[in-house]
Amino acid sequence: MDVKAGLFYVFSALLLFAAFRVITARNPVHAALYLVLAFFQAAMIWMLLKAEFLAIALVLVYVGAVMVLFLFVVMMLDINIDSVRQGFWRHFPLAGSIGALVALEMAAVLMGGFRPIGEPKNSGSLETMAGQFSNTRELGKLLYSEYVFPVQIAAVILLVAIIAAIALTLRGRKDSKHIGANEQIRVKAGDRLTMVKVAATQPAQPRVEAATPVATAEVEKKA
Amino acid sequence: MTLTLGHFLSLGAMLFALSVIGIFLNRKNLIILLMAIELMLLAVNMNFVAFSYYLGDMHGQIFVFFILTVAAAESAIGLAILVQLFRNKSSINVDELNTLKG
Repeated sequence: MDVKAGLFYVFSALLLFAAFRVITARNPVHAALYLVLAFFQAAMIWMLLKAEFLAIALVLVYVGAVMVLFLFVVMMLDINIDSVRQGFWRHFPLAGSIGALVALEMAAVLMGGFRPIGEPKNSGSLETMAGQFSNTRELGKLLYSEYVFPVQIAAVILLVAIIAAIALTLRGRKDSKHIGANEQIRVKAGDRLTMVKVAATQPAQPRVEAATPVATAEVEKKA
Repeated sequence: MTLTLGHFLSLGAMLFALSVIGIFLNRKNLIILLMAIELMLLAVNMNFVAFSYYLGDMHGQIFVFFILTVAAAESAIGLAILVQLFRNKSSINVDELNTLKG
């Protein structure tokens, strides 16, 4: 048993323990913290599989962003733990049997089907320049040549997620004097401008008298 | 004793089964349900990375990259919906979400 196998067993034991605690922890904050531990162990296992870029991306994206978001939400909400824990042990026999079934079936199929593939098969060119092989460079080459359009679609998905998350949680301030864009677009000319029919000539005798003091006052103000 | 593809695939299977159990156990707690879904995606990603290494094919890792992207978007929107839900109902109990029930 070489060092790599030993490390694999340590990491996977920790990973399974953390996953177990995630689903059984009483306090959601503890569950989120154990999920962070699980992601770290998974990143280490991916390091063993020589997927460095993905391991680092997992730590950065999941531990750095998603789990912080989870913790933030868990701490922001005031959850009544006892009510959501109701029926936890009542479901346990069903859950345990279904989980064991899933695990055994998948392990049987996967161990039976993929036992012959023991040694990693690297495409020839990678081994020849073993010292200089960069997982990140290979991924980047593929991403920006063969997978350009999927990358664009992923970017659009992220944009949609940003807008959706903000739009869902934004509460407009009550005292702000903003103008609704939809009201502005839907406005008709009639709402803003009214045509008044005015006679061209007026019997202006009494009006002129009333208007003159105002006019003189304005002239005085300008001067 | 060296590591084979089967080791990693069994680890993924166990992780997936654990998260299935988690979904059954925490039927009422929406936050733990979301976390169990994240664990399931992690188990699937584990299989992708293992296959990518043992078959010498980088395309599996590209797929993991996209799964990570979509999972991040999914959890962001899911948590936003959760916050909205808590504002309206003051609870995240799944059993109380029966407004659309006929």
